[in-house]
Amino acid sequence: MKARVHIMLRDGVLDPQGEAVRHALATLGFAGVEGVRQGKVIELDLAHDDRASAKADVTAMCEQLLANTVIESYRVEID
Amino acid sequence: MKAAVITFPGSNCDRDLAVAFASAGADVVRVWHKDTTLPAGIDVVGLPGGFSFGDYLRCGAIAARAPVAGAIRHFADRGGAVLGICNGFQVLIEIGLLPGALMRNAGLKFVCRPVPLRVETADSPFTAGWTRGARITLPVAHHDGNYVADAPLLSRLRGEDRIALSYGDNPNGSTGDIAAVLSANRRVLGMMPHPERAISGALGSADGTALFRAVSGALTTA
Repeated sequence: MKARVHIMLRDGVLDPQGEAVRHALATLGFAGVEGVRQGKVIELDLAHDDRASAKADVTAMCEQLLANTVIESYRVEID
Repeated sequence: MKAAVITFPGSNCDRDLAVAFASAGADVVRVWHKDTTLPAGIDVVGLPGGFSFGDYLRCGAIAARAPVAGAIRHFADRGGAVLGICNGFQVLIEIGLLPGALMRNAGLKFVCRPVPLRVETADSPFTAGWTRGARITLPVAHHDGNYVADAPLLSRLRGEDRIALSYGDNPNGSTGDIAAVLSANRRVLGMMPHPERAISGALGSADGTALFRAVSGALTTA
């Protein structure tokens, strides 16, 4: 079973890297990009055979390590 | 005074920190990140600068889950003094001993230069050698030193006099120009500037010496 974790900076937390990407896109001539937020995706290969327990475990992993919940939010997808 | 200096894979200021403690009269023990306990009789724990675990995931995140992290938390919970410098500050935040977060510098560049600082409080074992309002110069060298605190945290830190140092010329976008933060019990200090790189005029500044002397004076038992 595969899990995918999407980690993004929380709303309201300034994302300097996203801003730099937005400026670079404008330099390339892409008009109308009003905002860019940069996050990360973490893929996990799990030995679980039960989706609910996989989701519970990956959520615990996010809380304990994968995300810094002070500044980041996360979303767990189980394939 | 007996000081423990922790080394993680990728730490690179650990020896400098050990020299700084020793020059203030401390007996220094070097502790490896896989150790699960601290040596007996430790008065202060130092977490050095560097790039622990290659800054993977988030700066300090992996180090904060290393075996020694539990011993550091336990030591701090019992009132032990802990100093985290640069990457050590990032580790202390990831362990949960200090609030807030350290993000990528607002200017996105690695900043490596001496910076002017203002001492915001002398009320801690680390800052007692300075006077409030004193202007000092210490070097910074970091890519992720942008201290983030939301409004309630900022007002709590100010209200409890827990901002130890502030930047005179904010190099990284930190909220409230914050360069160093104390724990609620004032025994844990996290700071982005490097006092251990400023212990002799030959290094460009000796302003860091007062920190190590203050710790030594506060924690040396007769």
